[in-house]
Amino acid sequence: MDKEYVGFAALPNQLHRKSVKKGFDFTLMVAGESGLGKSTLINSLFLTNLYEDRQVPEAGARLTQTLTIERRGVEIEEGGIKVKLTLVDTPGFGDSVDCSDCWLPVVYFIEEQFEQYLRDESGLNRKNIQDSRVHCCLYFISPFGRGLRPLDIAFLQAVHEKVNIIPVIGKADALLPKETQALKQKIRDQLREEEINIYQFPDCDSDEDEDFKRQDAEMKESIPFAVVGSCDVVGAGGPRPVRGRRYSWGTVEVENPLHCDFLNLRRMLVQTHLQDLKEVTHDVLYEGYRARCLQSLARPGARDRASRSKLSRQSATEIPLPMLPLAETEKLIREKDEELRRMQEMLEKMQAQMQQSQIPGEQSDAL
Amino acid sequence: MSKGLPESRTDAAMSELVPEPRPKPAVPMKPVSINSSLLGYIGIDTIIEQMRKKTMKTGFDFNIMVVGQSGLGKSTLVNTLFKSQVSRKASSWTREEKIPKTVEIKAIGHVIEEGGVKMKLTVIDTPGFGDQINNENCWEPIEKYINEQYEKFLKEEVNIARKKRIPDTRVHCCLYFISPTGHSLRPLDLEFMKHLSKVVNIIPVIAKADTMTLEEKSEFKQRVRKELEVNGIEFYPQKEFDEDLEDKTENDKIRQESMPFAVVGSDKEYQVNGKRVLGRKTPWGIIEVENLNHCEFALLRDFVIRTHLQDLKEVTHNIHYETYRAKRLNDNGGLPPGEGLLGTVLPPVPATPCPTAE
Repeated sequence: MDKEYVGFAALPNQLHRKSVKKGFDFTLMVAGESGLGKSTLINSLFLTNLYEDRQVPEAGARLTQTLTIERRGVEIEEGGIKVKLTLVDTPGFGDSVDCSDCWLPVVYFIEEQFEQYLRDESGLNRKNIQDSRVHCCLYFISPFGRGLRPLDIAFLQAVHEKVNIIPVIGKADALLPKETQALKQKIRDQLREEEINIYQFPDCDSDEDEDFKRQDAEMKESIPFAVVGSCDVVGAGGPRPVRGRRYSWGTVEVENPLHCDFLNLRRMLVQTHLQDLKEVTHDVLYEGYRARCLQSLARPGARDRASRSKLSRQSATEIPLPMLPLAETEKLIREKDEELRRMQEMLEKMQAQMQQSQIPGEQSDAL
Repeated sequence: MSKGLPESRTDAAMSELVPEPRPKPAVPMKPVSINSSLLGYIGIDTIIEQMRKKTMKTGFDFNIMVVGQSGLGKSTLVNTLFKSQVSRKASSWTREEKIPKTVEIKAIGHVIEEGGVKMKLTVIDTPGFGDQINNENCWEPIEKYINEQYEKFLKEEVNIARKKRIPDTRVHCCLYFISPTGHSLRPLDLEFMKHLSKVVNIIPVIAKADTMTLEEKSEFKQRVRKELEVNGIEFYPQKEFDEDLEDKTENDKIRQESMPFAVVGSDKEYQVNGKRVLGRKTPWGIIEVENLNHCEFALLRDFVIRTHLQDLKEVTHNIHYETYRAKRLNDNGGLPPGEGLLGTVLPPVPATPCPTAE
């Protein structure tokens, strides 16, 4: 008899079914100078043509262009699971002659999403919170430079505590294997020197087999991933069509691990760590933002200003939002208290009056 | 107002970004050829041989400047062009290499000899260009350097006791490296070329062209050519300086089809089909630098060294330098530099008409 079988081992299945029904939201940001193959890579990763009708403006037009943030959504379904993928693009980044502060719109955007979530979370109706927070930022580094450029470092320093960064070397077919290794090492050194925290892929479980552990370690060592993207089919060897880029001297295969790290990136980003990226965004980055927000409220100066006046209604933007619902209800309570007190006073007055007017007169009839 | 110089010349020299056509400086007319049948062999065709001998003895100067963001392969390309280590590569991956905060100008000279002819080659590097977050006006140090060389030459020229051969440090050719984004020129590229195409011969080059397939390359080149045209940027060989029909057809073909040259550089040799070739060995094939099916390095080399070297120097001397000189003389009221503004006293060059006293 199964006396020890309770049955909750089926819990993961229930969760799985629930999440399949609910679907899966993911927001991915791509950033980096133009011309590094970002759009091609996204199309290759998700096998879609998200950038079909895109028009890249000419240099003359870009002279005065400022950074814009563009969002594109696509629903991808595979194996019965629906993924609602939102892509955030940053055209204009690094393009101008003067790129000072060009990363600020990106920082504001990321924080805006956090703020929206904070507002929703503290609100009254929490059933259908839309999570538009950026879960991951693929940052493209040029293969032509000698490591991170000043602009790269400035951008990464501005966003590394706010979003999961996965650095990627674009157009990696410009590099020979030795050059790739040297560039990766240089970038890793620079990231360490500048104390930039990129997304740390979690360690695999200790009970995995040796092969898997070795593979996992290899993948971690190949960060930043040197990628090549392409949606053009160049060959038909094997079960699936081979995508790549055809040159006069040879053909680069996108999914060939000897040619580039595309497979690694796809595996780590899409196949194994999508959920972890969301969790880190929620548990670490968002919590950090929330704590910072609330702490700035808890400082004495801030609280005095907040409680003192009219601020609670108009400047919902100045005060971090949890204050808003609390203040409202407190105010209501206070008002009700006031009313009660007033009514009590009136009652007492009336009673006193009645007593006074009754004393001189005869006792009226008894009932 | 100085006589002899039309208003428009001054205006053209003063205004920076308005692409006005520059008036041609006075070039002596070609002598009328006497088409008489020669009665015998005179021997005037040996002048070519005499010139050659002289050139071999004296050698000649050539100054080439390279401009572009760091990492675009400028030094490697120059080394490949002249088949020697004439440019010190910012040895790529050492930790100590820091990008300079402002644009530096580094000129390194070498003497190269080939077939008895000596060339004093100076490579002028411009580290720091386009690498900062704010690159506004980063071309100014470069423009300043170029003008300083013109100034040096001018000073020597107006000397009473002139040297037999004035050392020529003027920049004869500026290779501008365009990043192979595949989209279009970057705003910085446009700004640089707008400012400097009137001052020096600019040859735009598409760097690290091994990242583009054939279609991408030709599309990119077309777009770049169009953008340069729309913005009024005249790169070398400039249309206005074609001397005759032969030049024009040859240069037209280069301007409209080949340029900007999409190049790949390398200083390593590999064995391909039994030959040793310069190239890059990738996991998917060997890129041969001198193979025209792979990249246009050979075209660039032939263009700069084998066919247009002398022309580059002549255009620099007859046109860019003359423009500078005219502007300087004009600024100084028709007097040579040194009188008035700069303090050192030199007698006026008699050929130039002196202005009436103001």
